[in-house]
Amino acid sequence: MSAALAAAAVGVRVTLMDRWSELGGQLIKQTHRFFGSERERAGTRGIDIVQELRDEIAANPLIEVKCNTDVLGIYSDRVIAFEENGKFTRMTADKIIISTGAAEKMLLFENNDLPGVYGAGAVQTLMNVYGIQPGNRVLMIGAGNIGLIVTYQLLQAGVEVAAIVEAAPRIGGYKVHASKVRRLGVPIMTKTTVKTALGDRFVTGAVLADMDDSFQLVPGTEREIEVDTICLSVGLNPLSELITHTRAEMRYVPQLGGFIPVRDDNMETTSPGVYVAGDVSCIEEASAAMIEGSIAGVSAAIATGMHRPEALDMRDEFVDQLRILRSGDTGKKIRDGLKMLNQGRAVNC
Amino acid sequence: MLERTGIATRDMFEALLPSEERRKKGAYVVMECYEKIPCNPCVTSCAFGAVTMENINELPDCDADKCTACGKCVSRCPGLACFVIDETVGDGKVKITFPHEMLPIPKAGDTVDALGRDGAVVGKAEVLKVNTAKNLDRTAVITVLVDENLLYDVRSIR
Amino acid sequence: MRIVEHPVLTFGTGKEVAFTFEDKKMAGLEGEPIAAALHANGVRELREHHGRPRGFFCAIGNCSSCLMEVDGVPNVRVCVEPLKGGMVVKLQKGNGSLMLGGKA
Repeated sequence: MSAALAAAAVGVRVTLMDRWSELGGQLIKQTHRFFGSERERAGTRGIDIVQELRDEIAANPLIEVKCNTDVLGIYSDRVIAFEENGKFTRMTADKIIISTGAAEKMLLFENNDLPGVYGAGAVQTLMNVYGIQPGNRVLMIGAGNIGLIVTYQLLQAGVEVAAIVEAAPRIGGYKVHASKVRRLGVPIMTKTTVKTALGDRFVTGAVLADMDDSFQLVPGTEREIEVDTICLSVGLNPLSELITHTRAEMRYVPQLGGFIPVRDDNMETTSPGVYVAGDVSCIEEASAAMIEGSIAGVSAAIATGMHRPEALDMRDEFVDQLRILRSGDTGKKIRDGLKMLNQGRAVNC
Repeated sequence: MLERTGIATRDMFEALLPSEERRKKGAYVVMECYEKIPCNPCVTSCAFGAVTMENINELPDCDADKCTACGKCVSRCPGLACFVIDETVGDGKVKITFPHEMLPIPKAGDTVDALGRDGAVVGKAEVLKVNTAKNLDRTAVITVLVDENLLYDVRSIR
Repeated sequence: MRIVEHPVLTFGTGKEVAFTFEDKKMAGLEGEPIAAALHANGVRELREHHGRPRGFFCAIGNCSSCLMEVDGVPNVRVCVEPLKGGMVVKLQKGNGSLMLGGKA
């Protein structure tokens, strides 16, 4: 959405495709206020940001929206094959921006396929979009920002959270989020993991166990906990299938979430005319994803040659905005990952 | 401690307190923001220019002499980390103001359980004020009266 | 299991429609994903795969954990398929058959 708005803002026509029935991606589930600065709409809830973006897009005559549309393939001559409301068709684009996001990672443990083991995104969808409690008593796996935020949202939805377990020795998410759920009585257990999900047809409990410094289970520390839902928030995998259609070079960078596309500062991949933005290019905060979208949108517009003159300054501003956002302590992992990506020290594939 | 349990220590909290003199003068804000995250609504929401930040990746600095304890930042902080404390009420009591985004929302005059930083009940709190104004955007701002020895502990109620 | 009151969100009250799950009559809200309606009715087991029960997992049509038979069509991703009145929803066993209405 940010990419479409940025490209249209400098005078270029955009077609925006999404497989969901409405625009907004994961923002529709985010009831909390966002971090960042005013330019990134900090202090505003994700659910309200999405409405602002939808309104801006609806009011922009340069943007055509195609919802309920699955992009099926991208060919070398920039032909895009897609299914729109059940009909197969195609179009050709001058430039292509891929921002397909990411999917929940799975965690290996016994019985992890039992009904009641849900991804954190699924839990958010159920309770924040459809108003349905995912269970009565939840075990949260992972104390990153998603685990902490979804725990808070579960409490808001009237669901009990028995504990948050985190394999690492430290809480990975923002400590302010950790303090928020802690003071509402949710214990956070670091160096702890789930060993087994209990239950016959669905989750009725879990076996927890301590982990040592090399992430190995400590025998004899197993204990049972009674829960009916196990929520996984152990990271995200970029949904990069469509990028691979373009033959853009992909590299493995653990700090950025796995296999991600090599791209320049303008978010252009090694496949000319193909740009990326958001979690598909690097797992990061939503505020960063939106700026990446703006950079990709303006850059793609500039590359068409049909842009307004102010586009160049706009791009510089967005690039600078992203640099500032990543320049602090919490951005170190991202900076390290990007360095690895650019220096070619990452694994080619 | 904070990075393992989510609980800031008493020392961390006390290091944020303004001067003895300022504390005796009236209510003040404590920004329990212990981690450098790129975020600054506390700076931009302050109408008195009391909150400054070297850059967006630094911790906020609240000038207690400029701070009027209006509480605007309490509802604006995405981390729910700003609190107003008033040690001038006397009678062995203090007033603590905090953001509240859970149900039920209490009413002024209610007596509720005061929760410590781990969620355990540490005492009783008398609800003095509940602000649910529209501009707070669904973050209620609640002021309670608790025993003065709970100054560090109480950040929530049930 | 439906959330009645929420401090931040308000949920629209959609049109209630009837559907069946394994021949049991149930009610859900028109347009919500079938999996959401089932969940609100306490149904968590959606299919059987390699003899093991499966529920939903990703809720965005990505992981194939929630494939069910809907109105005789197998392999419907019920986490994204909107509920309509009168739908006949069944547990799916195995991979589902290309022959409509056929047994897997």
